[in-house]
Amino acid sequence: MKRNTWWSWFWILLGAIYLFAPLYATIAFSLKAEKDIVSSLAYRQVLQDPDFWHTFLFSIEMAVLTIIVSILLVVPTAYWVRLRLPQIRPLVELITLMPFVIPAIVLVFGLIRAYSGAPFHITNFSAGTNALLVGGYVVLALPYMYRAVDTGLSAIDVRTLTEAAQSLGAGWRTIIAQVIFPNLRVALLSGAFLTLATVIGEFTLASFLVGLNAFGPYMSQLGQNHAYESAALAIISFALTWGSLGLIQLFSRGVPGQAVVGGPR
Amino acid sequence: MSSSPLSVEGRDAPEARPVSPWRGLATNWLGVVPFFAFAVLFIFYPSIILLVRGFQNDDGVPTLANFAAMFNGLAITYVPNIISLPGGLSFTLTLPNLALNTVLSAYWISIRISLATAIGGGLFGFLLAYAVILGGLPRWVRSVLMTFSGVASNFAGVPLAFAFIATMGRVGFVTILLKSLGLDIYNAGFSLYNFWGLSFTYMYFQFPLMVLIMSPALEGLKREWREAAENLGASSFQYWRYVALPILLPSVLGTMVLLFGNAFGAYATAEALTGGQINLVTILIGAQIQGDALHNPGLGYALALGMIVVMGLVMIPYQFLRRVSERWLR
Repeated sequence: MKRNTWWSWFWILLGAIYLFAPLYATIAFSLKAEKDIVSSLAYRQVLQDPDFWHTFLFSIEMAVLTIIVSILLVVPTAYWVRLRLPQIRPLVELITLMPFVIPAIVLVFGLIRAYSGAPFHITNFSAGTNALLVGGYVVLALPYMYRAVDTGLSAIDVRTLTEAAQSLGAGWRTIIAQVIFPNLRVALLSGAFLTLATVIGEFTLASFLVGLNAFGPYMSQLGQNHAYESAALAIISFALTWGSLGLIQLFSRGVPGQAVVGGPR
Repeated sequence: MSSSPLSVEGRDAPEARPVSPWRGLATNWLGVVPFFAFAVLFIFYPSIILLVRGFQNDDGVPTLANFAAMFNGLAITYVPNIISLPGGLSFTLTLPNLALNTVLSAYWISIRISLATAIGGGLFGFLLAYAVILGGLPRWVRSVLMTFSGVASNFAGVPLAFAFIATMGRVGFVTILLKSLGLDIYNAGFSLYNFWGLSFTYMYFQFPLMVLIMSPALEGLKREWREAAENLGASSFQYWRYVALPILLPSVLGTMVLLFGNAFGAYATAEALTGGQINLVTILIGAQIQGDALHNPGLGYALALGMIVVMGLVMIPYQFLRRVSERWLR
């Protein structure tokens, strides 16, 4: 059957314009910080700002903690549910899907109202607010983390591997760390970089819990009176997203992109 | 999970577990304790706090007043419209007009934006996915589109708002370009900071998500189905109408429902774009967290619970449609 590709090209062109025009406009704008010349001034000013580095590193730290906590939480749970408690699988899956029902802004509202007052007063010290922030991010990461790990586990024969390891004398800790983990490397790396990409510039939870300590609120603050620098920041964070997702594609060898739904929009 | 009695206990293969069934049961449940503890601390307890306070007044007495307050000032007014016809004729037409309060109009705008971007993003994303999967385009176009969709659907929040200000703001690139072509979009009523502007911005992460989810579904359409239809004498239209569309429709609608929820819960993009000037439910909740902007703490809880209800209602058709679509695809 002969196909007419004219319409296909038309829609692709339209899509390409929608995707690239904002990028082009932002790059062009970010290079206009000095009158009449193409200038990297905006980028230099952003990169020389100590607050940029301070907030950026803080957000990286939160992202790394989120990744560690969610791996430690999700891997043993998914493994255990598959091996011993298949009957509670629907319940666990339902819990991991809660971020689809509870938007980030409602989650942070609940966290603050639950833990800021008596008897907890957790928001009175910075370790407390950081813990709430990481906890909230782990919740937001649950849908794709659990799904990635569970899909990874379904690809290996968990029961046989476990029995083989047990008959060789391995304890649970050894089984999870040395048998299950290595088999999930690709799934975990994808989840980790997806988390990194979304947590670094996250605004909703960060602005209410840690304010200007985090990168998202810092960007937002800068945007209020530094037009060129904010355009430069948008490009920098686009590059970060691109880098993280590019790495995922590299690990998973061309498995098309993943997306976070209902996360930090 | 890694406590020592557990590891001794678990040495045996699952089939040869200990004699007492209760011991085994307890051990089984121990393994998921950390997960459930986390869920209680970070999901259920905060949600229950919102739920309980939503049904309490300031003194902690149970009440439904917070939900009643959501509908305060809701009234149908009859507004006389004078309609003039050419030739000097005119008459008065009285039309009902629903007067919404701040809270309800926030819900109304949020729902409209979510609907517009779910349907618009869904259709556009579907056409793009169709173009790259079945449209006869070279393979590299497809991998470029998929990669870019993966990035764009995760590019949201503050940087996305900045990018759109540089593009379609008052001195944005596209605004200036169109002006030089004789079209002043801001004079024509467009603004980046209202309904249309925000919808345009949300579309940047909405349609790529549709592309990501629909492409595998379109790929799942088996060649045999088409050949079978053709062998039975079906035209291309008939194939689409009676075979492909019924198979794809649940997953198209299901993804659109997902897009609706995606836009409905969005806060960061709207806040960064409009500085909190647009009346969305998420923006109102944000203002309420910072300091009782509604002058009624209970109303804030009711507002948040209302969001959970809307999202929950959205998830029911989503789960149903997903199940239906999995019957044929995957």
